[in-house]
Formats: sequence, structure tokens, C-alpha cells
Amino acid sequence: MPIFFDYEPFQEWERIQRQMDRLMQGMAGAERLPRRVGVYPLVNISEDPDHIFVRAELPGVNPEDLDITIKEQQLALRGERKIPTAEKDVNYHRRERESGFFRRILRLPAQVEPEKVEAACKDGILTITLAKPAVVKPRQITVKSA
Amino acid sequence: MAEQELKPQVKEEAPTKGERVRPGRVFLPAVDIFETPQALVLVADMPGVAGDAVTLDLKENLLTIYGKVSPPPEKETLLAQEYAIGDYYREFQVGELIDKDKIGATVKNGVLTLTMPKAEKAKPRRIEVKTG
Repeated sequence: MPIFFDYEPFQEWERIQRQMDRLMQGMAGAERLPRRVGVYPLVNISEDPDHIFVRAELPGVNPEDLDITIKEQQLALRGERKIPTAEKDVNYHRRERESGFFRRILRLPAQVEPEKVEAACKDGILTITLAKPAVVKPRQITVKSA
Repeated sequence: MAEQELKPQVKEEAPTKGERVRPGRVFLPAVDIFETPQALVLVADMPGVAGDAVTLDLKENLLTIYGKVSPPPEKETLLAQEYAIGDYYREFQVGELIDKDKIGATVKNGVLTLTMPKAEKAKPRRIEVKTG
């Protein structure tokens, strides 16, 4: 499994945690447990032979309040989650949802083509689809019979 | 309101009464509940839940919210997982009298907004104090 880093404080600590996680997973062979990361938003990263997918749960974030940039293998996610302030004469019983800004920089596990990056937001989940360049794509090798 | 930096929240698993028929995990959505003179409004964060995947029920003051999340494509290999994926379920005891026929629900960007208008007799009435 490729390693990826977040350029954030506690970077080293996170790296150690990740290695520990991987060791534990290898030992138990059990379900992958979500890692504890200190930076919003939490992301899941997956791949298929041609793409890398970065997904983040961003409920209530308008696509226009998102700013996604890519530079080489660094993907930056910035944005703001706004919660409309309710009109006057309102009494809150529960307030668990938070508003605020976020900024996260991810190091991608492989090279990508910066021109072929697509982002889509659906039902509060952001999916960033990054195309792998031909050099890192797996290629089928046919075995010739002599 | 001052700008603040968002902190990631680890999803809390919903307590279960008996085992579920379908495999998978169920989480408690984060909610805001507020009351206006006319209605009780509930806002729940349910990322990954489409409008037609929400089931709402209000029976004898027990409000249940259930949101079904469609699983991610299977042909992908997971490289790193920071958030867990699962459905959302939460129950509330609603003390106020609700006009059940006028409940409105919308889902936008993974956020459910449930507006429950108060029944006529539950609305606050101003009581005039007569002098004289």
C-alpha cells in the first residue's frame, strides 16, 4: 500500500499511527478501522487501474464554497461550511452541527495528470477523480508462446 | 460569528435494538433542533443520503429518521479510510404537538431539513392582561 502524507502539524505522529494501523491490520486481518486524523475533512482514498478517487463527506457545503487545487502530487482542499443563521424568535434545543472553514493538503499516493482532475459534489459527498498517467497504469502483458 | 476552523468528528454508532437484517453499520447523524413560534425544525447531516433514501416516521411522539447510504463502487481498491460508511438512524421524543399532515422535509447537499408545524393548540398565545 502506498504511503501518503498530510503536510500538517503532528505529521510525524500521524505517520507513526498509520504504520501502527497497517501493522495491526496485517496482524488481525480484520476490518480496516478509520484512522484518527486531526484535520477536516476526513477523506477516503481509493483507486482503480486508471484513476485515484478522493472522497470527503461535506454535508451542507455548497460547491461554490469549495476551492480545490492540485500541484504535482499535492491536492489542496479548502472551503467553508456555512450554516444559515436562523431568524429571530428561535430557541435552540440541540446544536451539534458546526460551521467554519477548513483547509487540508493531501499528498496523493501516485502521480496524476493535473489537467485530468474532476470534482463532483453529490448528496454532500465530494468525489475528486484523478486520472493516472500512462506511466503508472498497470499494463497487461501477454505471454507469447514460443 | 467569528470564523472558526472545523474539526473532524468521528461518527458515533447508533445503539441497536436487536440485530439488523442487512449487514453494515449505522451511525447517529449530527442534528440541530430549534423551535420557532410556528414550528419545530430539525436539521440533520447525512452525507451520502439522497432525498428518496430518507424514511421518516412520527408515531406517538416518537420521531424516527433513517437515511440509507448507497455503498461506494466495488471495483475500487481502498487505499486509505478515514471515515466510516454506513446508514444513519436517530430517534427523538417530540414533546410538542405536531400537525402531522403539514410536516415538510427537504434534502440538500446531504442535509435533511425537517419542518414540523405545531398544532394549532400548541402555538403560543399572548395573554392580554387587563387593567382596570
